[in-house]
Amino acid sequence: MKGKPPPRGRSTLGWWYTATGKARERKMWGTIVGIGGALLFPVVNNVLGLGWEAKSIPITLFIVLALGLNVVVGFAGLLDLGYAAFFAIGAYTMAFLTSTVSPIGFVREGNHVNFFLAMFVSSAVAALFGVLLGAPTLRLRGDYLAIVTLGFGEIVPLVIKNTPEITKGTQGMNPIGYPEIPGLQFAVDPIPWYYLIVAVLMVSVLITARLRTSRVGRAWAAMREDEVAAASMGVNLVTTKLFAFALGASFSGFAGSIWASYLQVIAPEQFDFSVSIFVLCMIILGGLGNIGGVIAGGLLLGFVDRILFDWINGLVHGVGAAIGNQDLAIMDVSRSRQLIFGVALVAMMLLRPEGLFPSATRRAELHAAEEDEGALEQERAILVDVER
Amino acid sequence: MPLLEVQQVHTYYGNIQALKGVSLKVEKGEIVTLIGSNGAGKTTTLRTIAGVLRPRKGTVRMGDRDLTKVPANEIVRLGVAHSPEGRRIFSRMSVKENLEMGAYARTDPPAELAKDFERVYELFPRLKERLTQRAGTLSGGEQQMLAIGRALMARPTVLLLDEPSMGLAPVLVELVFKTIQDINAQGMTVLLVEQNAHMALSIAHRGYVLQTGRIVLSDSAKNLAENEMVRKAYLGEE
Repeated sequence: MKGKPPPRGRSTLGWWYTATGKARERKMWGTIVGIGGALLFPVVNNVLGLGWEAKSIPITLFIVLALGLNVVVGFAGLLDLGYAAFFAIGAYTMAFLTSTVSPIGFVREGNHVNFFLAMFVSSAVAALFGVLLGAPTLRLRGDYLAIVTLGFGEIVPLVIKNTPEITKGTQGMNPIGYPEIPGLQFAVDPIPWYYLIVAVLMVSVLITARLRTSRVGRAWAAMREDEVAAASMGVNLVTTKLFAFALGASFSGFAGSIWASYLQVIAPEQFDFSVSIFVLCMIILGGLGNIGGVIAGGLLLGFVDRILFDWINGLVHGVGAAIGNQDLAIMDVSRSRQLIFGVALVAMMLLRPEGLFPSATRRAELHAAEEDEGALEQERAILVDVER
Repeated sequence: MPLLEVQQVHTYYGNIQALKGVSLKVEKGEIVTLIGSNGAGKTTTLRTIAGVLRPRKGTVRMGDRDLTKVPANEIVRLGVAHSPEGRRIFSRMSVKENLEMGAYARTDPPAELAKDFERVYELFPRLKERLTQRAGTLSGGEQQMLAIGRALMARPTVLLLDEPSMGLAPVLVELVFKTIQDINAQGMTVLLVEQNAHMALSIAHRGYVLQTGRIVLSDSAKNLAENEMVRKAYLGEE
């Protein structure tokens, strides 16, 4: 899904893959249906009496996270397993700036920073941490990078947990400021929240779609394939990588700040490893590198996690009650979500590694080995370089 | 003043010294070849010039500009294009995208770029037929053409070619070398690293012989081809 029709006259395969003819039409309709669906959802929800308005907020918010991670993993090819850390940093920045329990005396005394200003500051702070994490990992690739980012993702919640004088530790921070727009009741009504997040989501889609086809998007793609060759073409690996980290983190910071304000209470265990993996699952399920796919993957996983599990729970409880089985009547299916997602992820990797809705490039990449050995050889050559 | 000058360069891989004081010059309009056996340091020399490796001692100069501390991504902007060993094309991008990537560092208007596309298509008509094809699915010869074409897209003043004959059928080797000659005839300065000393010396103006990180011989290509040591060691003659 793209915000704007792609520029004309470019080639038809590869990373700034720009559709022509039928494919472009399909993309355009996808965009229209997507935007329309997102805007009309509360109305549909009301008419059908689904009662999903509160559930739609975390689902949409996590799609924003997925879009940000997609920049890092899908576009730039940097496997980041600690993405939730930036989510936490965004959330805590929001709390620091707007909470009555903020460690900043000025804020505590009642001078809350405006929500929207705080949102941008949170995002900037997260981006800064993105650069701080990115800088020492510039020389790492693949598994090694994954391990370092995994460590970062573990460290951030631990630091929050163990500095109660600043972050209130496991007790969490509450209350947190919320947007104040005359006529809208953010404090009690989920609908304004929904539209706020959808607006952020649309801006995110627009930005990532434009970036992908931009100069830096090409640099990411080249870097993903062969760092040495990309540098020889004139790609500055340092700034290109750091930019990917910073941008990905800033999306996460946005999402985190809204999340904190929406929930009104944040605690370190909300940002553990499972969050990073959940977001990673979304982009892998949907199709790495493909914005429409990422959104679809996010919707699907969000739906399963927030809505389908509830249904199944109800079903199981009903069956349990009907046949008089106590265990079934009180079983909580959603406690097995890690198991269910794990199985689903393994199944995806075996059956459809390119995701449900892959980008053309990714599909090509994952099936490249079957077609030619050249790519594999290049990869080996890169590894040798890294070892040097 | 030579266009490209390498002076007493020492390059290491970790603690292993690969170049032990290599010096060479390339004049404008020349094809200069660097021959030698496996592990002699040919590729290391090219990579040092291209900025992929940093020398521990010595200097690389382009005209009056010192390249020694310039990073690889800036060196291409100063007019040195590197077609690396093993081609290293972006195998999952299309042919066109590979060529566009070659022009990544350029900032001149699209009309200028179009000229270079035309020039590459003229040199390599096969590439033009396969513009939308994924580069990884090209044959070895076509991939080599793409690697050279991609380097030309940077519109360099010096072209560094590393083992363009590697893994190619003899008939393709001849085609590639013929093309290198054509490119040179259009005014491009070429520094060519080759194991196929026979072919390299047949098109080069001058040559250097590298042995275990040192230049042991330098002469005109014609004289080198007749040199007894070269004939025995690199041309496989008794």
